[in-house]
Amino acid sequence: MAGIVSPGFFGRRRDASPRLPPGQYLVRDFPVLSAGPTPRVNLDTWEFRIATETGEKRTWDWPAFQALPADDVTVDLHCVTKWSKLATSWRGVSVDTLLDGIETDAEYALVHAFGGYTTNLPLADLRGGKAWVAYGYDGADLTPEHGGPARLLVPHLYLWKSAKWVRGIDLRRTDERGFWEQLGYHNYGDPWLEQRYSAD
Amino acid sequence: MARAAVLRGLSWRVATVVGVRDETAAGRTIVFELPGWPGHAAGQHVDVRLTAPDGYSTQRSYSIASAPGGDLVELTVERLPDGEVSPYLTQVLSVGDQIELRGPIGGWFVWDDASPDPVLLIAGGSGVVPLAAMVRARFAVGSSAPFRLLYSVRDPASLLFGAELDHYQRTDLSFGVHLAFTRTAPADVPRPVGRIDAAFLTDATAGGPFSAPDAPAVFACGPTGFVEAVANLVVAAGHEARRIKTERFGPSGSQR
Repeated sequence: MAGIVSPGFFGRRRDASPRLPPGQYLVRDFPVLSAGPTPRVNLDTWEFRIATETGEKRTWDWPAFQALPADDVTVDLHCVTKWSKLATSWRGVSVDTLLDGIETDAEYALVHAFGGYTTNLPLADLRGGKAWVAYGYDGADLTPEHGGPARLLVPHLYLWKSAKWVRGIDLRRTDERGFWEQLGYHNYGDPWLEQRYSAD
Repeated sequence: MARAAVLRGLSWRVATVVGVRDETAAGRTIVFELPGWPGHAAGQHVDVRLTAPDGYSTQRSYSIASAPGGDLVELTVERLPDGEVSPYLTQVLSVGDQIELRGPIGGWFVWDDASPDPVLLIAGGSGVVPLAAMVRARFAVGSSAPFRLLYSVRDPASLLFGAELDHYQRTDLSFGVHLAFTRTAPADVPRPVGRIDAAFLTDATAGGPFSAPDAPAVFACGPTGFVEAVANLVVAAGHEARRIKTERFGPSGSQR
């Protein structure tokens, strides 16, 4: 549709950046959006699990996870509610590291979180240095409201794909929609294509 | 869980302003006419897109304040001093003007108007807007679901929909409002100024099916810090996390 023009609206323009996807605005703070209460996850019982389509499982407890080689990455975040935050610093384990040596023909992943949240994405989007299970933010432990002790970080997709309080990834032959994907949000969620809602 | 229908195509619509009402010094309700509006569920929001004469455009999300029904949709917008969009919506946009809008959006933070379950609503500031839509929907459909609204607000002048909420609770014993004034309280309110805490929650949920054993549907909306705090209080009071739906806005305050 040709845009309706609002005379008298100027806008702030401070957001002009080639790193800002369409329809997004910049924030300096770090908003929190969660569908329910923040789960309190005990590190003594924390476990991260990858399960393949054949039922093979690999698990890590917190000390084992901390012992994995970690990356320090600086990435831009884009939330479907329209805020973007540039150059955020994270520490976490690449999903490539977690998948190393796992035999799978799966094309899809269903991510599970403590508290029951789920999200789905193609497995290829978790490979190739594009995704991490992050436990550090801005030089400190990741706080619970931002997904601590550990969250998925998939910065090239809208942030709802970066499941907070992540507990595992199921590798699947078929795609199964996650929490927001079942509620009408886009199945893939590429911010550069502005794939916010299912029909976008 | 009840899930609203998956969204159909959400194309941008032209919305025409057919009314404005100042609610408080910073809050204004804007009534839009949207021909062919598919209807919404109480608690859902819309995306608004503003385009400047030179083509610059920006989008924001706003909760719907009105009950479902017809082609009219009301948004109640609170002006943020440093906002890019809210000053325009609350100070410039006038009757007869048009903007672009799409929705309804969000199938989680919604009240099912067919459910008889008790409902506990907890609002912080302008977070009352989607909860007011639920209250209005309850009265619009004639639901007898017990409702209780706990509403935290800075001072009496910042109270949104005060007279309407008061009218509802005077006409229906199964709807009640408990106000927490955080800075200045009216002279006739005996309770001291303060935030919603465990004692307030206990008092305000007494005398009705709003305690943990009653398993009410809980909706909490407001600034991030407020929702974090009250959601934790409700969990600590024994409510199951799966019964608690939250909507947060604004900065977290805890991290840059």
